[in-house]
Amino acid sequence: MTAGAVMRTVLLLVLVAFLVTPQSFAPVFEPLTRYGAPAIYAQGSLVDITLSHLGITLVATLAATLVAVGLAIVVTRPFGAEFLPLSRSISHIGQTFPPVAVLAMAVPVLGFGTEPTLVALFLYGLLPIFENAIAGLSGVSREVREAARGMGMTGWQRLARVELPLALPVMLTGIRVSAVIALSTATIGSTVAAKTLGEVIIAGLTTNNTAFVLQGGLIVGALAILINDGLMALERLLRRRNGLADTTAR
Amino acid sequence: MAARSQDAMASPPRRTGGGVDFSALLSRFDRLGVIVALIVAAGSLALPFVTFKANRIAPGQPLGISEALAFPEGPVFQAVILAGALVALIRLPSSLRLAAGLLLIAALGLMLGVAATGLMPEGSRVARVSPAAGFWLLVFAFALVAADALARMQLGPMTRLGLLALVALGLGLMLWSGLWDDVSILREYANRGAAFRSEAQTHFALAFGSLGAATLIGVPLGILSYRNRALRTGVLNSLNVVQTIPSIALFGLLIAPLSWVAANIPGASALGVSGIGFAPAMLALFGYSLLPIVANTVAGLEATPEPVRQAARGMGMTRRQILTKVELPLALPVIIAGIRIVLVQNIGLATIAALIGGGGFGVFVFQGIGQTAMDLVLLGAVPTVALAMAAAIVLDAVVDLASPGQARPR
Repeated sequence: MTAGAVMRTVLLLVLVAFLVTPQSFAPVFEPLTRYGAPAIYAQGSLVDITLSHLGITLVATLAATLVAVGLAIVVTRPFGAEFLPLSRSISHIGQTFPPVAVLAMAVPVLGFGTEPTLVALFLYGLLPIFENAIAGLSGVSREVREAARGMGMTGWQRLARVELPLALPVMLTGIRVSAVIALSTATIGSTVAAKTLGEVIIAGLTTNNTAFVLQGGLIVGALAILINDGLMALERLLRRRNGLADTTAR
Repeated sequence: MAARSQDAMASPPRRTGGGVDFSALLSRFDRLGVIVALIVAAGSLALPFVTFKANRIAPGQPLGISEALAFPEGPVFQAVILAGALVALIRLPSSLRLAAGLLLIAALGLMLGVAATGLMPEGSRVARVSPAAGFWLLVFAFALVAADALARMQLGPMTRLGLLALVALGLGLMLWSGLWDDVSILREYANRGAAFRSEAQTHFALAFGSLGAATLIGVPLGILSYRNRALRTGVLNSLNVVQTIPSIALFGLLIAPLSWVAANIPGASALGVSGIGFAPAMLALFGYSLLPIVANTVAGLEATPEPVRQAARGMGMTRRQILTKVELPLALPVIIAGIRIVLVQNIGLATIAALIGGGGFGVFVFQGIGQTAMDLVLLGAVPTVALAMAAAIVLDAVVDLASPGQARPR
């Protein structure tokens, strides 16, 4: 086990321990409170809130992956090539939209709660996945595609058995970036009453309780690091399986 | 242009079975145009163009184009939109399609203003006419036509800047002429003009101030990290961790240390340092800004081709000269690309500063969410989006200008 892996395991264990028995960590957060305010957020179970946060992130990222990869497949086929320049410039422009603005504009259409958050995270997550899926699919070399055609594969077979597997590691990079952004942006969802860890942070902000802010922030930060590293490890595995040089290590 | 003609050659309509030959029919039309025409149909026929509200938080009454506009304006505008859909359907040179797209968006703006003025009860200060789904969908459809034309034309950086200036001028004229004065967002503006201007200043100060500080510190830090591998790993890893902290939390976490500084370090509070408000927001944005700038500086410097570096050394340049005369100029486009990422990101993130009393356009967004007053949300969100897009266009052009003779990097 490398030093990094040990640190990640420790981080995961501490995170789980904190979520399951938050009160045992009270002495750590006590110095940050004033006037005898509670040191640990207790208006809801931290496990429930964290699971809801992860659920929102997961659903939004999965939906974004399905749609973005589908669109990327369409615009990299001959019949959709006409839309490639436009779709790239839309995703370029779309990335300049601030997530708060997307979230705020989704509220009048969908009301308060989880839905506007899901929509905002979904829309915001599309772009990195789409860009990377296009890069991955158009990065499959001509020789490989010709060889697949020479073997008598149909268009669908080439896509499913050659192009998608080869593009997968690059696509996964986009999914990872998107998931980490969604995880962190989901906290803003609490301003429109979605059940996410932002609830803990905002409770801290409104009652001037730094302990709450720190708890919420640390849980999200730890989740982001763990998910980022986990998906990065998966990318390395896929690259190795594809026989490509390991370029994800930074 | 290339993609389209190539595509037309690659897939000639070949199906010759019975029934209507759809692909042959479709090949006469612009395929994007078909989509645009469908969106236009939905936006103008099925969805409300504006919403009328007796006051700003009352439930709205949706109105279609024919209900929102009187005779003769209504039919005239409907004809213009129909003509726009037809223009989108026909294959035309990109420059014409771009002009048509922009003119149609301007026409929609005019239409919105006329509808708002017509619907507003005489002398009413509380009624609101807001743009509704149909209006936004129509704008989106014609923006698609313009964006598609722009993507095909691959304009140079100066032309893009010129177009941006033209659009800004048009928008400014529309605002200045008073055409939109009866539209809900401007009604909200009229009620808080002074607050809007001061929050705009704060927003600018937050976004550009943190960018300036991050550039002043990030570029030298990037140069040092480029020279020293151990420092690089440490710096990039810790900046990566900063990026994972959600923005609300980072804003909040800085409250405590800054209140301590304000209370305990003489002169700090006189400089405007305090626990809540501007200072923690600025510091948080600065923290988020460092990673892209440091990482791009390192990447840009590393990308200097080894033969170039050796040639410089062969000419007798010192290490310092190689850095300032060879490596940094070559890395400049990549460093500016980092600055672009930071500026666009900061303009968006600065909205969150409002949650800790830091000001900026976010004040209106969160007030609007709190009062379920959508027009107020838009008063904060629309300038933020416009500012971020303008910043992206300007800095993309600067990146192109800084990398002469190179294809536009994406």
